[in-house]
Amino acid sequence: MKKTKIPIFINGLLITLIASFGINTSAQEPVRIAFMDPLSGAFAAIGTSGLKQLQFAADYFYNSKGGILDGRMIEIVPLDNKQSPTETQIQFRRAVSEELRIIFQGNSSAVANTLNQTINRHNRRNPGQEVLQINYSAVDPILTEENCSFWHFRFDAHAAMKLNVLTDYIAMEESIKSMYIIGQDYSFGQAVSDISISLLAKKRPDIEIVGNEFHPIGQVKDFTPYVTKIVSSGADAVITGNFGADMVSLAKSIIDSGLDIPIYTFYAAYDGITATLGADGKNKIHLIHNETSNPIPTERRKDYIRAYKAANPNRDVTQPRLVNALQMIVQAMEQTQSTDPYDIALALEDMRFTTLSDEEIWMRGDDHQIFQSLHISVQTDEGIEFDADNSGFGLFSKFHVPAEETIIETSCQMRRPRR
Amino acid sequence: MLEIFIFATLNGLVTGLLLFMLASGLTLIFSMMGVLNFAHASFYMLGAYFAYSVSLYFGFWMGLIFAPLIVGVLGAVVERYGLRRVHQSGHVAELVFTFGLAFLIEEAVQFFWGPDTKNYQAPDILDFPLFTLFGQEFSAYRGFMIGISLSIFITLYHILTRSRIGIIIQAAITHPNTVANLGHNVPLIFMGVFGVGTALAGLAGVIAGPVLTTFPGMSIALGSIVFVIVVIGGLGSLAGAFIASLLIGLLQSYAIASDVGMPELLNLLGLEFERSHPLNDLWTLNLPRIAPILPFLLLVLVLIFRPTGLLGKREE
Repeated sequence: MKKTKIPIFINGLLITLIASFGINTSAQEPVRIAFMDPLSGAFAAIGTSGLKQLQFAADYFYNSKGGILDGRMIEIVPLDNKQSPTETQIQFRRAVSEELRIIFQGNSSAVANTLNQTINRHNRRNPGQEVLQINYSAVDPILTEENCSFWHFRFDAHAAMKLNVLTDYIAMEESIKSMYIIGQDYSFGQAVSDISISLLAKKRPDIEIVGNEFHPIGQVKDFTPYVTKIVSSGADAVITGNFGADMVSLAKSIIDSGLDIPIYTFYAAYDGITATLGADGKNKIHLIHNETSNPIPTERRKDYIRAYKAANPNRDVTQPRLVNALQMIVQAMEQTQSTDPYDIALALEDMRFTTLSDEEIWMRGDDHQIFQSLHISVQTDEGIEFDADNSGFGLFSKFHVPAEETIIETSCQMRRPRR
Repeated sequence: MLEIFIFATLNGLVTGLLLFMLASGLTLIFSMMGVLNFAHASFYMLGAYFAYSVSLYFGFWMGLIFAPLIVGVLGAVVERYGLRRVHQSGHVAELVFTFGLAFLIEEAVQFFWGPDTKNYQAPDILDFPLFTLFGQEFSAYRGFMIGISLSIFITLYHILTRSRIGIIIQAAITHPNTVANLGHNVPLIFMGVFGVGTALAGLAGVIAGPVLTTFPGMSIALGSIVFVIVVIGGLGSLAGAFIASLLIGLLQSYAIASDVGMPELLNLLGLEFERSHPLNDLWTLNLPRIAPILPFLLLVLVLIFRPTGLLGKREE
């Protein structure tokens, strides 16, 4: 008799233990956020860099301080889409089956468009199971224009906004009389070309477009033949939307040809690019971006960058907008005390948020496009407090446009779901 | 016009000769073992990365010497302990083996060197314009690339046609059993050829790395084009590979330099289409825009009209 009682007692204890653990774990269940970008293959550099930054931001701001929503940790779940639209669909299925309801994605507008359509279809068919797309880098204007969606938020300025600022800057450069435009032959590259030409025609009709070239994306081994054409066209400057290897190779070829002209770009920095171009790119490589790299306006952001460098000595904070996006989403969650995409989306609409740089940024409700100041920076080794690739060279911002002046109209006719 | 033509020719030569260095190894290996080595371009990438690492400590020139050696030894090891075993299971197994190897090498490169672009630079001593023509500079390093590739071609051609080793290799290609009966170690010859072939690919990587940038995607960018060359030149033909390499290098270069396309053609025919026409993309297509895919078009044409390739011999 004695022998049976003890097991029962122990059993009871175990049950209460398990039960209490069960309650504990459900209270402590992490908030899981998917990060879907290329983590292997030719474009892995930029994807893994973004993943590290998002994970670090989650740990730095929240997980090390007891989490969000009364003690829940943020877990970033990497999904490798190899920057291919097909793979994106497969990974999206995986995200759905793992109940990941918030997806960060940034690389390639073609992929962002696919994801946008996939999510819209999924959300329409599965009410209550909606998924939210957090676009931190894909800048084809169409995502907040014709194809705008309630479930898509963009935390980067789109190509037309950036080019508006860039052409303002170019218009002030009196010495530029001719322009060569070269880009990858896909939606974003073509958008850059079309928008640049129409804006320059308005702002500086005297600038002659001496070249408008497209090349297949990721197929060009040697850009020298293209650069030969740039040289013989006598262009005073080059505009390109190239990224990754296409960007480095193009810039390298231009510099190697001895051509001493400014190159206006979107993505020609960090992830090995700055180090590779080095002194040769000094004062030639211009970048249009949000969040200055040098000088950094506040101690708070400086501390953040230093902490990131301490944890990842060979990496840089290349995309501060990832931090802004995460912070705004967490604020939306805290406001609504919910992790439901619908609640988050409503809270994000027209949210005004003060970033680490003490700047108020605005998520427009009409088309879910962020507005913040834009900057034009140049690659140099002078006045650089935070360099790129540990090369001594970095970006120094020399032209600033406040958020209000970057606002442009949208043609978005958003269809809002009802609950 | 003349300046564009001259520079297009020079650029085409640089690309073509670089492609030849890869294609020569590939076509040698194929003619000898009947294996299309899918991992060939991966050895090219390894060459660039090894040279980068060596150059960090001992400078560019040491990298130029040692990186191809390391790659060659690695290739020989792959042949000796990998391919030779797989060979017993037939050609398909070999093909799949090299295919898998290509993925393995790409992942290994990312694992050890990371996914970033590497700052692998040409030596300072070659950092000057060789000559300036019509305001355009031609860098000394590109001249150096042409020099290296040409000397490799001449040396290789001499070894294969004039030396005793070359005669044995050529004999081993067509009559391996007879060569073995004469007392030559045929497996050793195979290993040597594989090693030299991969070393050539490695050398191509060493000299291309500083110009075409060193990053994990560099093998994919070049891999497919090398197969195109080997097929167009005729599988197993060294001279064919040489001609095809130059042909493709020049073809791409001229296509980019030319500014003609559908608009000019339509103009000639007196036709015109609105910008809103559904086939607008087609009517505005021009040669520079499709230049990098022209080799594949050429491949299709060659396969249709001359399946053996330009100089290929395929009896039976």
